[in-house]
Amino acid sequence: MEMVSEAKELPRRRLIYGVLYLLLLIFPFKAGPYWTDVATFFGIYVLLGLSLNIIVGEVGLFNMGHAAFYALGAYTTGILNTVWGIPTIWLLPVSGLVAGGFGYILTRPIIHLRGDYLLIVTIGLNEILRITLINDPWGLTGGPNGVLGIKRMRLGSLVINRPIHFYFLVLIVTTLVVVVLLRLQRSRIGRAWNYIREDEVAAEAMGIDVRSMKLLAFVLGAALAGIAGSIYATKMMIISPESFTFWESIVLFTIVILGGMGSIPGVIVGSAVMMVLPELLRDFMQYRMLFFGAAMVVMMVFRPQGLWPSKRWQLEMGRETEE
Amino acid sequence: MLELFLEQLVNGLTVGSVYSLVALGYTMVYGVMRLINFAHGELFMLGSYLGFTLLVSTSIGKLGVVWGLVVVVLMAAGAMAVLGILIERAAYAPLRRSGRLAPVVSALGVSIFLQNAAMLIWGSRYRAYPVWAALDRRWQIGGVHITLMQGIILGVSIILMLLLYCMIQRTTLGAAIRATAIDQETARLMGIDVNAIIRFIFIIGPALGAVAGVMVGLYYRQLHFTMGWTYSLKAFTAAIMGGIGNIPGAMVGGMLLGILEMLGAGYISAAWKDVFVFIILIALLILRPTGLLGERVAEKV
Repeated sequence: MEMVSEAKELPRRRLIYGVLYLLLLIFPFKAGPYWTDVATFFGIYVLLGLSLNIIVGEVGLFNMGHAAFYALGAYTTGILNTVWGIPTIWLLPVSGLVAGGFGYILTRPIIHLRGDYLLIVTIGLNEILRITLINDPWGLTGGPNGVLGIKRMRLGSLVINRPIHFYFLVLIVTTLVVVVLLRLQRSRIGRAWNYIREDEVAAEAMGIDVRSMKLLAFVLGAALAGIAGSIYATKMMIISPESFTFWESIVLFTIVILGGMGSIPGVIVGSAVMMVLPELLRDFMQYRMLFFGAAMVVMMVFRPQGLWPSKRWQLEMGRETEE
Repeated sequence: MLELFLEQLVNGLTVGSVYSLVALGYTMVYGVMRLINFAHGELFMLGSYLGFTLLVSTSIGKLGVVWGLVVVVLMAAGAMAVLGILIERAAYAPLRRSGRLAPVVSALGVSIFLQNAAMLIWGSRYRAYPVWAALDRRWQIGGVHITLMQGIILGVSIILMLLLYCMIQRTTLGAAIRATAIDQETARLMGIDVNAIIRFIFIIGPALGAVAGVMVGLYYRQLHFTMGWTYSLKAFTAAIMGGIGNIPGAMVGGMLLGILEMLGAGYISAAWKDVFVFIILIALLILRPTGLLGERVAEKV
């Protein structure tokens, strides 16, 4: 029965998504620079949320230090651009590679840790990186002031500097990422990841190379966060350690959990709740974190599966209640 | 040379006993519920702020050092114990049966809530504890300066920890707590009221945290609404060093962490001392995840 309703639903759903995407394309021409900027930052958070969703949502690894990879991407772009003058457009993929590489090096020794222990170690890594950035090793990171004067991206004769340019840059990157992730979810790799999340021992017994799969998730997630960091760096032109605290990691973690683990639309909804709602609630600025804290508790008590849980997750949950 | 070492040792023991007190709250909750109670650091912070308010806006301070301290500490501890129970009721009790992720996120939510509540009540700037001249009396023993406050912190922490240790090891209640930590279901079958044990843990932990908070306030004088995070990370490290869930382990771990941190600050660099702490933590988790005292409570397969 499930299959029949899905087959009927599919064209309608495609239509809805198509219309929504069209709205996204028109949005910056109607909205004005302020809201275009808000949307750009929202897009960066969607990108970050998607990157963390690979690790936390798909594989179930508690990574609460994701801002570290975001920072690595941003600082790679910042330092290579200001010190060696490498054009930022090249640094977009380079930042991804560097962050992914660090992701590999940093998580390789800790990948066997589970649950809470992994969570604590990732918090530790985040803090170590932040303090290192503040302490300015070899005069590279500029200490608490950070890196200043990062150049904008140049694409042929087009300089990406207006809000609308950034909007489309983020939209293109996000679209690509979403397409790739959707394919990945349905691939062997995606299924293996979900299997590990549900039962690691059984997955291993079925011949899944758990260690490599987990590492792959971390490297991919880190690389994506690095790319988001690179965009952030060229958008802001100034980066400082303040933007990459443990706090940032918590916001990202919350995006994934609020939206629903392993759900791509969930990440978008989660980011909207965390990033756009505060813009709308500016008058209640002081109380908004109070509200978030309470909302997280209420969510966990009444809707632990998230606002927009993934299909696979729903099916699993349904099965569990039947038992 | 030796002086620097001894001086840092004393500083380390002082801050270490604070870590121990906070770590006990973490380790007890983890032992019984397998939950990292992220909100615990905030209770420590709130305890510290409450002590500050009591000293600044009431006349308790006029009772003299001994009685003044006793009254402030008891009131802060009592208030935090009540708050601890309320939090457990609202944020953790409904999640008793829902996996491991939900309570962790809920704990983070509570933590964010309390932190921002503190910011709204006491402001986002640093606040300073009032100066209490009597506490700054210092002695010189073998070339090492020890202030009265350092003595109080060490003395109070050690007494509290011994009391807790005896309670856990010698009394029926302690046996019930230990049984619940080993296996909740079996403990329930044996007639132990597991919910009551959990509530009890949420009285003791926050109360100890509040005592530590007031003492830290009097010692460092500075208060900030984010201090809960910093101490909480350190205390958690201490708990893991001793083997999480292991009560004597948390005590030893806290002391050890304090000493290592202060020696690192004295001999290597103060700016890198936190990095030093986290590297120890990560190395420990990779090489010896059961903690230094080696009780196996890590996640079961």
